[in-house]
Amino acid sequence: MTATAATEVPVRESVLSLTGINKRFGAVQALTDVHLEVAAGEVVALVGDNGAGKSTLVKVIAGVYQPDSGSIRFAGSSVSPKGPSQAQALGIATVFQDLALCDNLDVVANLFLGQEHLVGPMLDEVSMETESWRLLRSLSAKIPSVRIPIAALSGGQRQTVAIARSLVGDPKIVMLDEPTAALGVAQTAEVLNLIERLRDNGLGVILISHNMADVQAVADRIVVLRLGRNAADFRVEDVTTDDLVAAITGASDNVVAERAKRRGESHDDAIDSNGAGA
Amino acid sequence: MSTNPAAESAVEQAGPAVPLPADLADERLIQHAGLGGWWSAFVNRIRGGDLGSMPVVVGLILISLFFFLQQPKFLSSFSLVSLTRFAAPLGIISLGIVLVLLLGEIDLSVGSVSGLASVVTAVQLVRHDQSLIVALLAGIVTGVAIGALYSVLFVKLGVPSFVITLAGLLGFQGLLLYVLGSQGTLNLPTDSGLVKFASGYVSGPMSYVLAALVVVLFVGSRLVGIRRRTSAGLSAPSVLGLLVKGGALAIGLLFLTWYLQQGTGRGWSYLWILFTFLVVLMDVALRKTTWGRHVFAVGGNEEAARRAGIKVSRIYTSVFVLCSTLASIGGLLAAARLTSVSQSSGTGDTNLTAIAAAVIGGTSLFGGRGSAYSAMLGIIVLQAIITGLNLLGVDSSVRFMVTGAVLLLAVAIDSVARRARSSSGRG
Repeated sequence: MTATAATEVPVRESVLSLTGINKRFGAVQALTDVHLEVAAGEVVALVGDNGAGKSTLVKVIAGVYQPDSGSIRFAGSSVSPKGPSQAQALGIATVFQDLALCDNLDVVANLFLGQEHLVGPMLDEVSMETESWRLLRSLSAKIPSVRIPIAALSGGQRQTVAIARSLVGDPKIVMLDEPTAALGVAQTAEVLNLIERLRDNGLGVILISHNMADVQAVADRIVVLRLGRNAADFRVEDVTTDDLVAAITGASDNVVAERAKRRGESHDDAIDSNGAGA
Repeated sequence: MSTNPAAESAVEQAGPAVPLPADLADERLIQHAGLGGWWSAFVNRIRGGDLGSMPVVVGLILISLFFFLQQPKFLSSFSLVSLTRFAAPLGIISLGIVLVLLLGEIDLSVGSVSGLASVVTAVQLVRHDQSLIVALLAGIVTGVAIGALYSVLFVKLGVPSFVITLAGLLGFQGLLLYVLGSQGTLNLPTDSGLVKFASGYVSGPMSYVLAALVVVLFVGSRLVGIRRRTSAGLSAPSVLGLLVKGGALAIGLLFLTWYLQQGTGRGWSYLWILFTFLVVLMDVALRKTTWGRHVFAVGGNEEAARRAGIKVSRIYTSVFVLCSTLASIGGLLAAARLTSVSQSSGTGDTNLTAIAAAVIGGTSLFGGRGSAYSAMLGIIVLQAIITGLNLLGVDSSVRFMVTGAVLLLAVAIDSVARRARSSSGRG
């Protein structure tokens, strides 16, 4: 049960590669020498406790924050996105936890916000609406009408719209920040299916989640952040839930691990189920 | 989202024989067919707080009826023609206010800016003997420059628009006095093109051609839209409904065109035609272009717009510049109609009338909701009240109070409708 579990170099060519990323906010060092590799057709789960630096890392990749030092390589060339629009133009799409939808605009307008289809100088509402239905159907989304304002949709429907929006404009990397946090059982399964579909289409997916069951169900690799540093990098086949919990909470001084040691190997199953809720 | 599997399969079995358009396929969507369906959809919309231009149209009818009963001259062609001529310059200023309000910001200085622009143009024209083009350009560039200054202060320094434009209200009033100098009033040469334009009318036959052209453009563009939607397999509004609307528009416009030329009326003024043209242009820009979509997005959720890759600061800049520019154009036309500029150009109630018109017309003060037409509707309502009270010989003190009350009423309706919207999920 060590945090330095086998770190394999991805066999496939990596689309996104971050090395030595540092970011500080005032007196707080949010990220220290963080590295991350994502290959095409790979789902990388990013896990960690609250304050581990997941959101900061996501925002660095999305171009919201610029790192203080370190390099980002995307599709073989060094990049430094100066803003979300640049990251998006490169092909890095992000679904933020707060979804960032405009309540006063309808579904079509939100899906294509910032990348509208045009006929001459005018918006091409017809092609956007047709494409909206195609996208939503491909996610088997249950949206009654794409011409109602976002304010009229439920939380799950909004999440679906936000994920569908990330696919507009053919990204190479999709980052999902807690995509299943607000969803029911069936919709969680749908989102997981959707993530697998993204992988099958050759996209790199970065999944941020607190839900170990979801992470283990869908991810190829699991990267653990702790206190702004890389704590571990597991292949999903090689890892158990208590390995993950240990890495997330810190292996040496962790309540769960101490309990495991005291009670011996026979109680692993019980810890598994405890850990799944962490 | 919980769906009842039993209900779902029942719906599948009883599925419609005719395949529905792609956008109406969801079984939870309530279908509104025929006139009854239209009416129930309309009632639903009003209940949900999606009032649109309904309150202001009802208000306008009541106001007109009231003044007509008090003084039948209120609806005479002469009175209506002069109403449109007075409303047009203010309406153009109000159009800029609509833009700023859509972003949830405010511009309190449009009156001063309009006055300053008119004085700059008049000084160039009269004192420096410049050509009309140069003088007009000087006035309009003044507006552009002020808008650019505002946007730098707002975007770069983050000063609230309320404060910036309040400072502008005072500052540019002062600049107006400085530019005008000791001479209190400057008369514009009556033979200048600007004054001629402001007192000009579209000739009789030409105005019918214009009215017909408007109807043809309206019906034609809608027909193209219907055809494109149908061929893409989407639902489209019925052609019959469109023809009914087009017919109503044609009858209304032709009747107005005829009526405004009766008696002492002189028909459509150039001022009003220009204003209408600008409103339609702005409406198309807001609803049909990327820029307009982004204005609504920034007004609705600035952070979401920024994350969607919209250059938010550019949207703010474009809107502040457009607002000040429209204010300067409105000021120039107001001066041309008066054939003079003075120390009081753009002062008094210009500011509040322009802002009140946008809000009364249905543009929300809270951002993200409104339309270019609200400037037109609002200014007609306000100008109708002003004209009516003048006809009744009411003191200006009462006029101010009535205008204030109407503004308060409009904002109150907006606030109540906003609450109804948030409880019924209409944004």
